[in-house]
Amino acid sequence: MLHIPVIRWGKPYESLETQPLHHFLTGEPIAVVSQANGGLVSRDMRSAWQARARLREFNCGELLEKVAVAAHLYENGDLPLGNERQSADDFVFQQSATTGLPQHMCRANIAKNAFVLRNMREILDALTRGLDLDIFSNGFGMESRGVVVSYQAQSPVLGAVLPSNSPGVHTLWLPVIPLQLGLVLKPGSAEPWTAYRIYAAFVEAGIPAEAVCLYPGGHDVGSAVLNGCRRSMIFGSQQTVEQYASNRGVQVHGPGFSKILIGDDCVDRWEEYLDLMVESVFINGGRSCINASGIWASRHTEQIATAIAERLGPIEALPPDHPEAGLAAFTIPGTAPAIKQMIDNDLKETGVTDLTAKFGNRLVEHSRCAFLRPMVVHCDSPDHAIAQKEFMFPFVSVVKCPQAQMINKIGPTLVGTALTDDADWISQLGDATNIDRLNVGPIPTNRLNWLQPHEGNLIDFLFRSRAYQTTRQLVAAK
Amino acid sequence: MSTTTSLLEQKVAAAKTQLDQHTVEIVQWHFDERTGAPFWLEKKRELDFDPLTDIRCFADLKKFPSFEDEWLRGGPVERWRPRAYADRPTYVFETGGTTGIPKSRVVIDDFRIDYELFSETLPDQYFPRNANWLMLGPSGPRRLRLAVEHLCQFRGGICFCIDLDPRWVIKLIKKGWMEHLEAYKKHCIDQAITILTAGHDIKCMFATPKLIEALCLELEERGTSLSQLGVTGIFSGGTEFTPQWTRYCIEELFGGPSEVSGIYMTPTYGNTLMGLACSKPVTAADKYKISYYAPQPRAVVEVVRFDDSQTLVEYGETGRVRLTTLTKEFFVPGFLERDEGERELPFETYPWDGVSGVRPFHELASSTTVGVY
Repeated sequence: MLHIPVIRWGKPYESLETQPLHHFLTGEPIAVVSQANGGLVSRDMRSAWQARARLREFNCGELLEKVAVAAHLYENGDLPLGNERQSADDFVFQQSATTGLPQHMCRANIAKNAFVLRNMREILDALTRGLDLDIFSNGFGMESRGVVVSYQAQSPVLGAVLPSNSPGVHTLWLPVIPLQLGLVLKPGSAEPWTAYRIYAAFVEAGIPAEAVCLYPGGHDVGSAVLNGCRRSMIFGSQQTVEQYASNRGVQVHGPGFSKILIGDDCVDRWEEYLDLMVESVFINGGRSCINASGIWASRHTEQIATAIAERLGPIEALPPDHPEAGLAAFTIPGTAPAIKQMIDNDLKETGVTDLTAKFGNRLVEHSRCAFLRPMVVHCDSPDHAIAQKEFMFPFVSVVKCPQAQMINKIGPTLVGTALTDDADWISQLGDATNIDRLNVGPIPTNRLNWLQPHEGNLIDFLFRSRAYQTTRQLVAAK
Repeated sequence: MSTTTSLLEQKVAAAKTQLDQHTVEIVQWHFDERTGAPFWLEKKRELDFDPLTDIRCFADLKKFPSFEDEWLRGGPVERWRPRAYADRPTYVFETGGTTGIPKSRVVIDDFRIDYELFSETLPDQYFPRNANWLMLGPSGPRRLRLAVEHLCQFRGGICFCIDLDPRWVIKLIKKGWMEHLEAYKKHCIDQAITILTAGHDIKCMFATPKLIEALCLELEERGTSLSQLGVTGIFSGGTEFTPQWTRYCIEELFGGPSEVSGIYMTPTYGNTLMGLACSKPVTAADKYKISYYAPQPRAVVEVVRFDDSQTLVEYGETGRVRLTTLTKEFFVPGFLERDEGERELPFETYPWDGVSGVRPFHELASSTTVGVY
């Protein structure tokens, strides 16, 4: 049996507490995972500075080269994992088996992470606005225009409490190693795979193992990671977002509530955007925060909802190894029925219509898991509760709302795709602080340009721009 | 081997005989109009059997309906005090109570008796007679402070106490005020370190796992350790006392087993209703397995089926923990705890059933806040 140990600054540690992982459909045992305890994390964090010191033995350029090698290994290599080795095919099978994601989506996520690793130099160049990475390494340096700048690392490591349900989020912490900061990760209970495989690829590529900790475990481990690292990120629910909202050391990634906003100047041509809308709602099983959960327009909303429902409504739950499987399973008992119940309650409001009802029951229950087939709901006003909801499957509310009210009514929006050429409205959308990523034009919400920051610039989070006055000779020497 | 087995069998049989006799004695006491508590005398009228004639052994306690902990909420608290003790100074101890009315239990001497019995299990090498103690845990309405202080005094020492309010801690967790939680923990640990470094020659202490951890980490931060401060014996308790935590504590916080670090730690399991169950010695060779044994015949721990609380699971199997308290001050027949675990075999020291792997009952776990102090 595959045993995945805790990793403490590169050293494997087999815990006396283990968590079994089973195949979501068959119940077949996949692995046992050692469970850390919170105190162990707190104690290890005392030597977090060593991670940065070890990484600083290499310059950023050298680390970037190693990361590029790791990209290839992660994508194709046979890598050590606990007491076994893991091929890319093993990885896809294992990740799908424990998360419920179809296998082709797991492969797509490998490609996405590998792309980011492979193009890390360009991504960091974009995130740093072209600064010489040695400035981050040394803490100060000379900008190309002849000005001394200083960026001080706010923590020797980045902590991250990772989710189980969306293997796509890992791109966010990948840039940390070439910035010479260590990684302290608590993998999701059902998805240890990505963190461990990327770690193995890093080590195989020559990145010091002592720079990384991997702590599978319970809630106390998550709390210890957040408490022990001066900079950390967490993925969770709206409640999690609210809990850490005032903690500047924690970057919170919650629901996206991403939306497509159709301007009055484009809405009569809505059929041209149907593919874009369907992709934004459906891709990656509707699980990502960048999937659209709302499509807002001032008119034709019934026709838009009906057309999307015609495309998504008939989609069936298929086995995870089926090449056309588009839905991910809910592997925690009771989750899917509870979500369906919440939606059913919201559907009772007058003015809310389920356009997918005629395509059969949405809840598909198996003995060990359940699926929710896509749902398209029409809201005749933005004031219905369901207009502001997001769920972990392809679900979208098509909301009728005057353009003039949209910005105020949409609420927090991680990705907002605005289909409009109206210059005034584009300007207002640009000023709207409730929209994080703004796409102007026919860009699906899920298509991210990796050269743009996501939910805040990681550089701004990890480093602080500050004054640093010294002699020019010293700067030149650097 | 056969001689050992035979000796153990004899001990098991003797313990069972003692438990049966004790059960009858206690039931006679609580259901006698002259000595019993008003609650049980009133309850007797609802029963379809006569406890005075129909309870002849421990197994007969199954005739009682399940004990409902709701009965312990609210007053008048005097209904729980046996008439025989009406003129005795009486304590009331509470459990829970973060929201709503807490469960309460009256006590006259039980906490002293329980902890004097527990004292016999402590090795003098690590818990020296006449040593001073530090009690780092909840006081207020809880039994623990008075009990630990009595344990210390019974062994000839003087006990220093640091208070901690678990109800406030649970509120902080539920509200998500984690900064306040950390600040409160630090407040407690700072006080503890002040006492430990004030020249009082403290050698023994009680602390919960969370506080032991926080204390050791803070001492390490300050360049010292419990061992360097002279602490040799620690008694602790709680469902977060897992084998992994114990290993981490012994190997990393203490710096090795007692022979190496000089610190001996003994886990316990208990509550206000039952008293204190002791642990079989915990060793690395046994993968830090923690098995608890109740202080029979005053209290009995059983592991019963989840779907049938009257039936024991087989040895090694998992079930819910059921407690029975049999003292002259308090009678609780078959109370289903909020914990589960595995049924353990008797052994020489404790020739009756034990329970290992104690953890929150899985059906209640998500709604239970554990390890709060």
